Amino acid sequence: MGKKQFVHPYIPNMEPNVKKEMFDAIGMKSVDEIYQGIPDHLRFKGKMELPEPIISECTLQRHVEKILAKNMNARDNICFLGGGTWNHYVPSVVSTIMERDEFLTCYVGDAYTDHGKFQTLFESSSMIGDLTGFEACCTPTYDWANAIAIACRMAQRTTGRDEILVAGNMAPDRLLVVRNYCKPEMTVTKIGFDKNTGAMDLEDLKAKISDKTASVYFENPIYLGGLEANVYEIVKIAHDAGATVMVGVDPSSLGVLEAPGAYGADYAVGDLQPLGLHMSYGGGIGGFIATKDEKEFLGEFPSLLYGLCKTEKEGEYGFGEVFYERTSYASREKGKDFIGTTTALYGMAAAVYMALMGPQGFKEMGEGILQRVAYTKAELAKIPGVKIPSSGCSYCDFLVDFNDTGKTVKEINKALAGYKILGGKDISGEFPEYGQCALYSVTEVHSEEDLQALFDALKKIIG
Amino acid sequence: MAKVNFKKDYHQAKWNEPMIYELSTPGLRGIIPPLVEDKIEKAVGDTAAELPDSLKRKSSLDLPEVAQKQVLAHYLHLSQETSGANLTNDMSEGTCTMKYNPRLCEDLVANPGFADIHPDQDPDTVQGMLQVYYEFEKVVKEVSGLDKFSLQPGGGNHAVYTAASVVRAYHEARGELAQRNEIITTIFSHPCDAACPATAGFKVITIYPDEHGMPDYEAIKAAANEHTAAIFMTNPEDIGIYNIHADKIVEAIHAVGGLCFYDQANANAFLGIARAKEAGFDMCHFNVHKTFGTPHGGEGPACGALGVREYLAKFLPVPTVEFDGSKYYLDYDKPESIGKVREYIGQSAVVLKAYAWSCMMGADGLKECAEVSVMNNNYMVNKMEKIPGVTHAFQGNGIVRQEQIRYSFEGLKEKYDIGSDDMNCRMGDYGIPWFWSSHHPWVIPEPMTIEPCESYTKEDIDEYCEVVAKVAQEAAENPELLKHAPYNTAMHRRINEEELDDPSKWAITWRAYKRKHNID
Repeated sequence: MGKKQFVHPYIPNMEPNVKKEMFDAIGMKSVDEIYQGIPDHLRFKGKMELPEPIISECTLQRHVEKILAKNMNARDNICFLGGGTWNHYVPSVVSTIMERDEFLTCYVGDAYTDHGKFQTLFESSSMIGDLTGFEACCTPTYDWANAIAIACRMAQRTTGRDEILVAGNMAPDRLLVVRNYCKPEMTVTKIGFDKNTGAMDLEDLKAKISDKTASVYFENPIYLGGLEANVYEIVKIAHDAGATVMVGVDPSSLGVLEAPGAYGADYAVGDLQPLGLHMSYGGGIGGFIATKDEKEFLGEFPSLLYGLCKTEKEGEYGFGEVFYERTSYASREKGKDFIGTTTALYGMAAAVYMALMGPQGFKEMGEGILQRVAYTKAELAKIPGVKIPSSGCSYCDFLVDFNDTGKTVKEINKALAGYKILGGKDISGEFPEYGQCALYSVTEVHSEEDLQALFDALKKIIG
Repeated sequence: MAKVNFKKDYHQAKWNEPMIYELSTPGLRGIIPPLVEDKIEKAVGDTAAELPDSLKRKSSLDLPEVAQKQVLAHYLHLSQETSGANLTNDMSEGTCTMKYNPRLCEDLVANPGFADIHPDQDPDTVQGMLQVYYEFEKVVKEVSGLDKFSLQPGGGNHAVYTAASVVRAYHEARGELAQRNEIITTIFSHPCDAACPATAGFKVITIYPDEHGMPDYEAIKAAANEHTAAIFMTNPEDIGIYNIHADKIVEAIHAVGGLCFYDQANANAFLGIARAKEAGFDMCHFNVHKTFGTPHGGEGPACGALGVREYLAKFLPVPTVEFDGSKYYLDYDKPESIGKVREYIGQSAVVLKAYAWSCMMGADGLKECAEVSVMNNNYMVNKMEKIPGVTHAFQGNGIVRQEQIRYSFEGLKEKYDIGSDDMNCRMGDYGIPWFWSSHHPWVIPEPMTIEPCESYTKEDIDEYCEVVAKVAQEAAENPELLKHAPYNTAMHRRINEEELDDPSKWAITWRAYKRKHNID
């Protein structure tokens, strides 16, 4: 700790007099008498090789800020990346609540002393239920991918079937997570899709669905941009085969797009990040699963479920754990999969966001995004060599085809960085069949001026 | 010396908050999204009208309509009805290492250089964050002695699940997965050490303790055979006893061809003191949000750092963060990887805070955390043992406890029918946050698990013991008082708890509650 010995501000009992008093109280001279319980050969005798500590908060702040300054951020630059984490506006009220030490630093207390946390997460689940059209929504999962994976395992138990069919255009990273979770006993099979519209190939779905299919999963909006319009047809094909239907949604789109519950889906999954969380280099994600409030569906959740309950004070909203025996906390390996610490704080942030937005906010934001995206697509298509593969509506994300420009997406993005623009995601590795295409994302934060900056820069780069 | 603040007149904030839905007035709103400029509006018109009919939202959207001040006030009130560790004496949550979470770290994650960077940015544009990942990995490598870490798992249990996936991949690569379908764990290891391997497809064998409270070495040896894929064990287990047979257990499992995973959720007391490497483990994990000073967030966001020996590194999730001498980069070139367990490379907010916290500690500071934690715990148990009706697991076995203790109110239960829940409720009336009893099954009757880590003062510990003594005394003098506690927290004693297990009554959303309970 440097030359001078400090009592660390976070370790009060290292103060020598306090230490002596405490050791005296237990009749010990030093900590060695406690650690004697660890056999000598298991003790670490060396000193950990770590940098000298930075004990001043002021100095540490400058140290970390200097590192962070090496990142290009979406505040000083214009960011067109989406595809799972989006550049939405985060209201100050959400930040204020998230930073409250009460919520930020609480953990697994019961509702008696953490009543506020229980009610906030209950309200969060309720509002996600309203957006998605379901009466049951669990406490947050790790992320969207985790939500799909858990829902697949839930569907397996509910249907007694071992196969999951997924839209072939789902996000590849999410699919990797699903494959890992389903690996022990389930198979995951991709369904083909129309390269131009992104829509699921219904003939391929019909050919692959069988009495082994537990669930059919697709994303709406589609990962590659565009929308899956044949939702009623997919639901019918799946239900006729005795399979369930799972839809991955961007919850921020549900002010304008129909709720999956309303078109007959059995599960809606997605990410909380669009609901008031910063992008934070992937640190803003947290998932949700909404489903039917029937025992065969709700009863298969591995997650904690906070339910309303009466108390000795009449009229008080009490809370407790619903059907706790399901969980691995209660039943270890006999519980439903496993649970643990996930992203509860983000569920609370989402509650504040949804309450602020209300039905009007979601509708207007959705309409505005649809307009900005339509405008951007139309203007980009005017740039020689640039094409927009999909003609329908897109919400936030859409593909931009640079194949005819003679440049790779990587080259274009490198050049865009010079104009203080973070270009769309290069998908040439994930979907080589599209060649040099990029996944662009436009949200409510993009002004006409931002979009014009993109058009101007691309014209110069490609021109 | 500071005053011991026994809060005899404590009362938690109690706002009688309605549901946010009940604060709704049609037409109100909390925020206005950015308006579309006229130029765009004129160019594209009403794009929403062009949505396919099947996707136009026709179902009602019954979100609350509330003005901004009222939304803010509602959630401020609810936050005040919550016992965060930074404002309470939260040594209550044993096994969870409820440290002080520095405010500085919250400032750091609000910096646009972090908050506003996208995870799919080209690595060249996020060199700062990749540096943070790389440097923090060095810290956990040093603390464990292991060779390679993944910071991708989103929590401790998630890291344990990832470890189970690595075990699966390892035996699969050797062509032995069909044969090696069993994982051994111990009953005082966290439930995830049983549940995660089960989720990954393994049969779970659970070992109970010997007469000293230690995992029964002979029983483990007897359970190990050609079907053993691995052992998953916590050490010290959740009762705070260090397993002196750790290396012998590792040898026994290795001897039959199994792997050894060390659940280090309870690592705080051993930073710089004892490591996974010296005990011979193949893998270990840290709950970054516990051991490395980041907030728990009411159950996340979190990060589970999974460490392995070199020969298992090829199975870790992709990508890993590497450095070529001049630049940091993401390495996806791992054909034998288990794939991914989470989107992107990890819970970056937690990693950044943990990196900052570790910078402030250094090697000596980390060791000081460990040493002060075990001192605090032994100071506390010495006081607690003197409280009538309070005992602890395997008391009197001659083994010095480490960072935490599983206490028991069995004596109070037998004499006055006052158990763990009753004590917990009443302690809340004195400002003590809900304590962690134990995972199920309750091997130790009427348990209470307490971990007075390095953040707490001597007076905090004294206060805690005073509250336990006071409530234990109340249990003896007026047990009925405890049966209806709490009185001074935000919520009163639950009744009709059976409704929480009744599908016709339970409600996890407002909409379900209104339907099932006939609320207009």
